[in-house]
Amino acid sequence: MEATSLNLADIQKIAEQEVDFERAYKYRINVCCSSGCVPLGALKVLKAFEDAVKELGVEKECKVARTGCPGTCAVGPAVMIEPGDYLYQNVTPEKAREIVRDHVVLGLPVKEMLYKNEAFYKKQQRLVLRNAGKIDPQRIQDYIAMGGYSAIVKCLATMTPQGVIYEVSTSGLRGRGGAGFPTGQKWGLVARAHSKPKYIVANLDEGDPGVFANRTLAEADPHAILEGMLIAAYAIGAEKGYLYIRSEYPLAIQTLQKAIAQARSISLLGDNILETGFKFDVELRFGAGAFVAGEETAILASVEGRRAMPRPRPPYPANSGLWGKPTLIQNVETLANIPLIIQNGGVWFSKIGTPRCTGTKCFSLTGKTKNPGLIEVPMGITLREVVFDIGGGVPEGRKFKAVLVGGPSGGCLPDTLLELPVDYDSLTRVGAIMGSGGIVVLDDKSCMVDTAKFFTEFCVDESCGRCTPCRAGLIRIKEIFDGITQGDARVEDITTLEKAGVYIRDASLCGLGQTAPNPVLTTLRYFKDEYLEHIQDKKCRAGKCFKNKEEEV
Amino acid sequence: MGDAIVTLKIDGVEVHVPEGTMILKAAKDNGIIIPTLCNLEGLTPYGGCRLCLVEISGSPKLFAACITPVSSGMEVTTQSEKLKEYRKMAVQLLLAEKSHVCSVCVANDHCELQSLANELGVDHTMFERNFTKEEIDSTHDFLVIDRNRCILCTRCIRVCDEIEGVHTLDLRMRGKDAQIIMDLDNKWVNSCSCTSCRKCAKVCPVGAIYIEGEPVGHTKHKEIAEFITERRQRKCK
Repeated sequence: MEATSLNLADIQKIAEQEVDFERAYKYRINVCCSSGCVPLGALKVLKAFEDAVKELGVEKECKVARTGCPGTCAVGPAVMIEPGDYLYQNVTPEKAREIVRDHVVLGLPVKEMLYKNEAFYKKQQRLVLRNAGKIDPQRIQDYIAMGGYSAIVKCLATMTPQGVIYEVSTSGLRGRGGAGFPTGQKWGLVARAHSKPKYIVANLDEGDPGVFANRTLAEADPHAILEGMLIAAYAIGAEKGYLYIRSEYPLAIQTLQKAIAQARSISLLGDNILETGFKFDVELRFGAGAFVAGEETAILASVEGRRAMPRPRPPYPANSGLWGKPTLIQNVETLANIPLIIQNGGVWFSKIGTPRCTGTKCFSLTGKTKNPGLIEVPMGITLREVVFDIGGGVPEGRKFKAVLVGGPSGGCLPDTLLELPVDYDSLTRVGAIMGSGGIVVLDDKSCMVDTAKFFTEFCVDESCGRCTPCRAGLIRIKEIFDGITQGDARVEDITTLEKAGVYIRDASLCGLGQTAPNPVLTTLRYFKDEYLEHIQDKKCRAGKCFKNKEEEV
Repeated sequence: MGDAIVTLKIDGVEVHVPEGTMILKAAKDNGIIIPTLCNLEGLTPYGGCRLCLVEISGSPKLFAACITPVSSGMEVTTQSEKLKEYRKMAVQLLLAEKSHVCSVCVANDHCELQSLANELGVDHTMFERNFTKEEIDSTHDFLVIDRNRCILCTRCIRVCDEIEGVHTLDLRMRGKDAQIIMDLDNKWVNSCSCTSCRKCAKVCPVGAIYIEGEPVGHTKHKEIAEFITERRQRKCK
């Protein structure tokens, strides 16, 4: 990138140039090089494709690109060939040459290596992940060619900040961090706050075990997050944004660092953005591995350089956030939705999903499922569609038992609730949460008591220690679980569990404590017979509990 | 915050307090005592012990009275079956968390946790008690910290930071492992910032920080002026 100062029209020019440049190629080979595929040898596959293309003399008509994740993490390394979106699974360096020869040179897709599971994509609606697996996250031109940064251009050229907020409010978008607060309303609050400067904090502290939606987004499409931040900054009048990311995500950090540098180099970030006088810059801040740092007020403390400990609200961050100034805190998935809303209008967005929960949501689908991976579905889809249609159900020979929605503080839902629509309100009603968007499928080999114990242990370790219920309560719950799973419990313990769980939920200071008893309370609600079986008959139908320490080893 | 007066109802009684007052203070000024362990007038509210939870009509949630400012027309309930149950639960959890044995504690009879347990009628805990075996740090000339009795209310941290202004004390670790430490986790005698002001001992609601050879009742109920003079005398010695 040699250009340093661009204006609004130049973005359009870059897009046109890039599209022309792409048009010269007949094929485009997208090799997924995200955190899921790299350990499986994706970088070697990438190299093999580059070599094969050169060797077979098709480098002029075939482009090999390093991209983000198409979502099919179970069958990595995944390679997609455009046009036609042919997705190859389990590609090895040896097979790369064969694919190039047959598909590119002869024009015959290698059928036996294609990803066969069409159902995986059929019920998905990929908006946030629109570019995932299709663009090179390390090239800003790729993003611009897909219409990227046209939304901020539109804002700067034709919209007032109030107009932007109005559009976001119309869309009905709700915060994707888990609580589902209406985004437009939040922006309005920060915009109306009097004191200055104002800040934006983008939350990429995805601490839940088995959840990788935000990481994948950052690795596949970092500019979508930056554009969302830019639009938010324009709307609320902020000049500085912090992107808080876990240190455990080195590839995402690297990708974002590069993206920020590129955006700065063409004056999409900085003191005079696209020669309009609008000023905004983004700085990365790294988390040190505390789950609680993803909490709204804890993240502020951490960005300020203090111990990541939640503080009571009010004052709300919209009025008094970073260094006491009005601060907008938004999950990166929420931010990645913003460019689409501006491009297509709030009304368009409000028609996706359900009337009260619009848009889509990314989920990390894991556990005992045939097609684990990253999915994006419209709100209101039923759990059955997610687990059985997209996920393909549990592997052969096993029976579906429950699905845990919402990460470690989510709820375990039984098969009777499979028709439940996935949206904020329905999930809360049955004791689960949207949370970070983790869906774990459990089969009949999983013990519900053991599962609840596992997630309670996670929350015990991650409690910050500020308030009594969460700090002193969760550990007692964990001890009762120890008793139940080792055959040292009484029936009354169930009442204690329930009482303590409800207390922790109602009395805790922050979201961590308030949701931490969810696995306990939902398993007690839907799988009480298993608890009784453990306590009275000392029997675990899944065969997980009552093992001696030696046996476990 | 200003001179504006806000009218609200606490337990059905109409009260008038300045805008920005916390519910706990508003109640106290009008003779309604809400139990608390972490709150202490003059220090930043912490909202940690969750004993001062109250109900506000119109919301299903519970609010910590020490950190919730009053607003006009608010109707606060400080006593109900549910709140009593929850307060009992908090006391039980605190008692079960560490080794709280009143009979051998220096703060026996001058302990806020103990008197709260008496008040609420907590005579046993529904949980298995956890007896911790933390080392007692008595390296300082006269200040002693026994972390087995600490309820992590952080009054000592706040008084050290906000009143004495040295911030010797802080927390280390998180969750169940959280502990009060001196400087960068030094022994107390090696702390280079501690001014030996003894405010931490004065504000400790339990017997976790105390002055060696001085009855806890004496430490806690002394006026601050007397406190400071005595400190000077100690220094001269």
